Amino acid sequence: MSTDTLRKRTRGRMMALQSSSKWIFLGIGVVLALVPFIWMISGSFRSESDLFKNPASLFPTSITLHGYEGIWQQLPFLRLLANSFIFAGVTTLATLFFDSMCAYVLARMHFRGRTLAFWLVIATLMVPFQVTLIPVFIELFHLGWLNTYQGLIVPRATSAFGIFLFRQFFISIPVELDEAARIDGASHWRIYWQVILPLSKPAIATVAILNFMNLWNDLLWPLVVTSSPNMLTLPAALTLFGGQHITDHAILLAGATISLLPIAIGFFFAQKYFVAGVATTGLK
Amino acid sequence: MLPSFLILGVFVIYPIVQSFIYSFQNVTIGGSSTWVGLGNYITLVNDAQFWNALGVTLEFTVISVTVLVVVGFILALLLQSEGIVTRIVRSIFFFPTIVSLVTIGLVWKFLLDPNIGLVGGLFDLLGIPPVSWLTSTSLALPTIIFVNIWKNLGFAMILLLAGLKGVPLERYEAARLDGAKTLQLVRYVTIPGIRPTLLFATLILTIQTLQVFDLVYVMTDGGPLFKTDSLVNLIYRDGFVNYQTGYASAISFVLFLIIMLISALQLRFFRYNDVD
Repeated sequence: MSTDTLRKRTRGRMMALQSSSKWIFLGIGVVLALVPFIWMISGSFRSESDLFKNPASLFPTSITLHGYEGIWQQLPFLRLLANSFIFAGVTTLATLFFDSMCAYVLARMHFRGRTLAFWLVIATLMVPFQVTLIPVFIELFHLGWLNTYQGLIVPRATSAFGIFLFRQFFISIPVELDEAARIDGASHWRIYWQVILPLSKPAIATVAILNFMNLWNDLLWPLVVTSSPNMLTLPAALTLFGGQHITDHAILLAGATISLLPIAIGFFFAQKYFVAGVATTGLK
Repeated sequence: MLPSFLILGVFVIYPIVQSFIYSFQNVTIGGSSTWVGLGNYITLVNDAQFWNALGVTLEFTVISVTVLVVVGFILALLLQSEGIVTRIVRSIFFFPTIVSLVTIGLVWKFLLDPNIGLVGGLFDLLGIPPVSWLTSTSLALPTIIFVNIWKNLGFAMILLLAGLKGVPLERYEAARLDGAKTLQLVRYVTIPGIRPTLLFATLILTIQTLQVFDLVYVMTDGGPLFKTDSLVNLIYRDGFVNYQTGYASAISFVLFLIIMLISALQLRFFRYNDVD
């Protein structure tokens, strides 16, 4: 056997070793990433005594639905679910509309102070949200908007990030398209609505998904604006009632599972936009 | 544009100014406010709770971000090829990023519970006595940091993957012709090639981690003995539980300054390295 083939063989073995240790490492990672979710779902179907008796088991010894029944009995669950959907859904729709309109003006209309306006938007991107929390709370107090939907929604109904993302996208659309429409007598409104928006579906999807996800998952904002149990969102209610009014683990795990469902389903069908949105922002 | 600027003006820009003003006042919500000058900031400098929360937040951030960038980079390297398996594994790692911190905090709190949790159960099988992860003064903070890393690892990986795709293949080939081995390729081609992305990821993760609130609120609410009390948890407690509104504004302004300072520092540090 020549030294050359020998060398090749050792190298091949080294590569195989490297590759198998790579997959062992990744395999452990995958297990670590998945087990908490499997345990959460399985736990939502387990009884308290089962949890206490078999803590080492990943699966229920017998399936019980009392977690899912308890959540309706011990919480105004339908109301919480509706609040979460209204807060995240309406705010997202409003944001899409306002942000894209604002971005159109910044991308397509010429006026004095346009650069300043754009930099103002960018500057607000850098300010941590907690800095404005107290003054906004006091504003809402004076408006009488605490514990109301408008209090939850209006202050969040535009996002500097959305404006920024839409503007960057609109700039990439050739101006010739607008000009052709303008020669046909189209107004700015029609150009925005019938030319620009239909071409911006990827941007719309990215902003929509990112906003909905962040609002749906948010804790601090709903916690500050709402206090009455009828106005809380799902995450805020799970946090406030967890361990205090509700001590049954299956009920809380059932709530956590249900609150995860819309996001998980969305992720399954539109993963691309989740990744794009999260990767371009880093704004949580 | 009008609605957006109205909202940004009323609910973002004006409040920033207002927050600055409040930090010099003794504010009563719905009542009158009195000017206290630097009073809030003097209280702050002498407040052990503030220094504790600052220390907790910095420790939380430094450890989280270091581990996230290093392990996220390794994951990105291992998973950069395009194939069905790598794509599925990437999705699995990314998934916790999109799940709410409330869900994650709740599930991990139960997982780590010495009585019912899977972790305690498995330890028991191995003959290790149960550990009270979240009620131990020495373990609570590292435990929450671990959960934070667990949640954001996929996010770090995705940020760094985007950078890896930007390194030109010719550079790898040139280095390989010069006889570079895998680790040398990483050291001399990949890392210099993705330095801007490393900066971006570090910056974003630092700013995000400095604002940690949900995980702590759900898992320990700052305890035991304030060992996990972060700056935002302190702001929330002083502002919305104890109604020390002016004082909480002063703390939030300190957080604001730290975030600005770190952005500036990191930018300079990385630019300096690039010149080297």
